Amino acid sequence: MENLTAKSFEIRQDILDIIYRAKTGHIGGDFSVCDILIALYYKQMNVSPENINDPNRDRFILSKGHSVEVLYAVLASKGFFPKEDLKTVSQYNSKYIGHPNNKVNGIEMNSGSLGHGLSVSVGMALAGKMNKASYRVYTVMGDGELAEGSVWEGAMAAGHFKLDNLTAVVDRNRLQISGSTEEVMTQDNQDDRWRSFGWYVLHAIGNDINSLNAAFEKAKTIKCKPTVIIADTIKGYGVSFIQNSVPWHHKVPTEEQYTQATQELAQRRDEAL
Amino acid sequence: MNKVANRQVICDVLTEKANTDKDIVVLCSDSRGSASMGNFVDAHPDQFVEIGIAEQNIVSIAAGLASCGKKSYVASPACFLSTRSMEQAKVDVAYSNTNVKLIGISGGVSYGALGMTHHSANDIATMASIPNMRVYLPSDRIQTKALFEALLKDNKPAYIRIGRSAVEDIYEEGNVPFVMDQATTVVQGSDLTIIACGEMVKPAQEAAQALIEKNISCRVLDMYCVKPIDKEAVVKAAKETKAIITIEEHTAIGGLGAMVSQIVSSQCPIKVINIALPDAPVIAGNSNEVFAYYGLTKENLIQKALELMA
Repeated sequence: MENLTAKSFEIRQDILDIIYRAKTGHIGGDFSVCDILIALYYKQMNVSPENINDPNRDRFILSKGHSVEVLYAVLASKGFFPKEDLKTVSQYNSKYIGHPNNKVNGIEMNSGSLGHGLSVSVGMALAGKMNKASYRVYTVMGDGELAEGSVWEGAMAAGHFKLDNLTAVVDRNRLQISGSTEEVMTQDNQDDRWRSFGWYVLHAIGNDINSLNAAFEKAKTIKCKPTVIIADTIKGYGVSFIQNSVPWHHKVPTEEQYTQATQELAQRRDEAL
Repeated sequence: MNKVANRQVICDVLTEKANTDKDIVVLCSDSRGSASMGNFVDAHPDQFVEIGIAEQNIVSIAAGLASCGKKSYVASPACFLSTRSMEQAKVDVAYSNTNVKLIGISGGVSYGALGMTHHSANDIATMASIPNMRVYLPSDRIQTKALFEALLKDNKPAYIRIGRSAVEDIYEEGNVPFVMDQATTVVQGSDLTIIACGEMVKPAQEAAQALIEKNISCRVLDMYCVKPIDKEAVVKAAKETKAIITIEEHTAIGGLGAMVSQIVSSQCPIKVINIALPDAPVIAGNSNEVFAYYGLTKENLIQKALELMA
């Protein structure tokens, strides 16, 4: 079986390449959620280039759309489009723009404005219930994103409709563009918030694929409630000087930094093998 | 006079079509009463979704449903739908190109004395400014029915604004000269043209009839399709008549008049007068009182026409 931890560092290298080439991107959040997307696309979700038009495929919405580079890298690695296309990300007239766009194969809905993905996912999950379909809906939000009021409109509806086919993940890396989430707008009390909206709350080590998979499996067993997985992640996980650093929310590496990051990612991959 | 409001007609069309089309879903934001959707709810409870008072949520949920094959019809007050949930309309509906029809009920100044919070005097401007969002303001119940029958056949986003009260018929049942996205000529005329939409088509029709007695031949175009606007009909009017008056239950900023003026000035410049609501909170009053105060009336149309033709 494929070593997904090793894979996660290869995907991070793809992300690093995208951002270094494009001179733009959100590397901190990409590295933060990388393992969540790998768990979903490599283990959890019933979605592939072959069944992308199947009404019963599982759905994924990247609500924190600025982490699009990781989505592109994972979709390319799963064969939704040629890996060669990653060279065009954020380039002139490319369809691979800086936020998810459903012109790209494998992307369900456009996102980028924070606080939309959960409500859209509620609609998708509701359609599944109406059609008595078995697919599941997944969405990933940032912890800073939880300050958007619309998130809680979606949370309220998901609880109200008892959408047990919906799993939301919070990328709890504790940093946002202006600093610590706890300084900007506290999110440490979110367990109680989610529960009070009718959700089942799980925690996972957000950069540990086994821990994430265990949480996703548990979520499938919860009936009559949507599940939120609060994934404790490290922003920029995988490269020493990028992780846990506020400016690396969207900093672009220099040539020297690119080389060092590449070496570190290769080393991490080798250690995982 | 007809006593059937456009909202009731929409409910009737959707209720009937939902008998055979199980993908039709109606969503309300605690607005089923004001949307006259009661019959739909009773007939198709499994195809109705109550979201509560959450306009951002209702639009995103409608988009999520549509992305999974549903045909979403959101019926919510125009004032909130066109501004509070504008970003959801922009991103989740128009940009993602989902099959969501946003029905702005109690539009314009329908809510009368409830004040600016409840007026949607700028909804054409907000919604039409969104790429891939169509904007329709049908005039009477007969056209509204034809419009919704057409909308049910496509899978593209649209915003439809209707008023709260019953409006007098413009057309005859069984004889609706309706072609999707083409203005309807209500009155033929060769001296000047009135271009109207929504509830303003009736005073335009009446003004044209009164002008005949004054030997002025006034054309009336029902521009229910504000976007995509029927450019051909506008240019034709500019070429064939001497002046154009636009009238709308909307401010002059970014509405029907602005769009007509833009087309005429660039393609066939003639005099255009815009009759519209002010760029300010309107006075308290019912719709007709507000219309009268700001000159959205047959009488004002006649006066303006006489001035133009003098």
